[in-house]
Amino acid sequence: MSLPIEKLEEEFQAKIDAGHSIEPKDWMPEKYRKTHIRQISQHAHSEIVGMLPEGNWITRTPSLRRKVALLAKVQDEAGHGLYLYSAAETLGISRDELFEQLHSGKAKYSSIFNYPTLSWADIGAIGWLVDGAAIINQVMLTRTSYGPYARAMVRICKEESFHQRQGYEIMLTLCRGTEVQKQMAQDSLNRWWWPSLMMFGPVDAESTHTEQSMKWKIKRKTNDELRQQFIDITVPQADFLGITVPDPDLKWNEEKGQYDFGAIDWDEFWQVVKGNGPCNKERLDTRRQAFEEGAWVREAALAYAEKKEKAKDLAKAV
Amino acid sequence: MNKWPLWEVFIRSKSGLEHRHVGSLHAADATMAMENARDVYTRRQEGVSIWVVPSKAITASNPEHSGELFEPAQDKAYRHPTFYDLPNELKHI
Repeated sequence: MSLPIEKLEEEFQAKIDAGHSIEPKDWMPEKYRKTHIRQISQHAHSEIVGMLPEGNWITRTPSLRRKVALLAKVQDEAGHGLYLYSAAETLGISRDELFEQLHSGKAKYSSIFNYPTLSWADIGAIGWLVDGAAIINQVMLTRTSYGPYARAMVRICKEESFHQRQGYEIMLTLCRGTEVQKQMAQDSLNRWWWPSLMMFGPVDAESTHTEQSMKWKIKRKTNDELRQQFIDITVPQADFLGITVPDPDLKWNEEKGQYDFGAIDWDEFWQVVKGNGPCNKERLDTRRQAFEEGAWVREAALAYAEKKEKAKDLAKAV
Repeated sequence: MNKWPLWEVFIRSKSGLEHRHVGSLHAADATMAMENARDVYTRRQEGVSIWVVPSKAITASNPEHSGELFEPAQDKAYRHPTFYDLPNELKHI
């Protein structure tokens, strides 16, 4: 008693239009499944690779207070990666396949993590801008149509707000410090501002996935809407710090009630996406190395579990 | 990694409440599943008790059969208190 595919697709769309969640065992179009695997796994990979630029500063934080905060943040990113991998696995892809896609370069992760963290201020800027941009995207995704993804997002959003606040606090401390410290914060904003705007993806007219994603309520706002929202929230925060957003065309548009901003260098964006960013190779090499060098731990854990299981069976037998 | 089985994690957020499903994870055995569940799902005191259950031990209903599975309850309004007509002036019932 199987329904024709058109009928199933119609019912599926009706369910989404009515605001119902799609759960793992529900029927879904193959493209919906594939799109979700791609998006959730990219998101998971971003969390995992995102640990690397920040991990770089754990041993060099200016104080113990900063160190425990940064450690906790990086640990959260690992947790977020795990929530998301689990959500992706509910769609029928295995963890090994997901890792393989990351390590072979087949799957993408957010390009922002291919930029280097050159100074301590970069840890501040990442928390403030990169996590800030991620939060805007993720708050939208708490209402995404796929249940396990939406639930992972709720959890992640609760945890992200500390990330952004700790980042801003670092910036604030630097900006209230010496002239050199303030300059360090400014330099960091200069380097991270444009890549942060690029995190929202290509402009709507160029975005290949947006239309279908909106129809399926995978996304509920377009790239440009989210980017504008981020700019409008973030510019006053830069003003508060007393540092300047590196965009000569940035100005408040009274009529629209939002900021106008200058052209984004999309060539740079595509270069980094294609693997030619400053750290693409280093990030992937580090990931692969960690995975390969950890293989014996995974195997040993399994061998130990099997040994204990056998011992239990033996004890039962006698 | 695939050889590490999948576990479902349930957490009691405080005493007096039920365990609720919060997500899943891979672990070699129950001990590791428990430790990982603590690290992944209770980093901010979200729980006072954890259950980890091998995912393969769960039998789930099939959404395609939801119609006939839940149909029997649909026409039994008399299982609800509002089915019974009583005068408004009556109290505490």
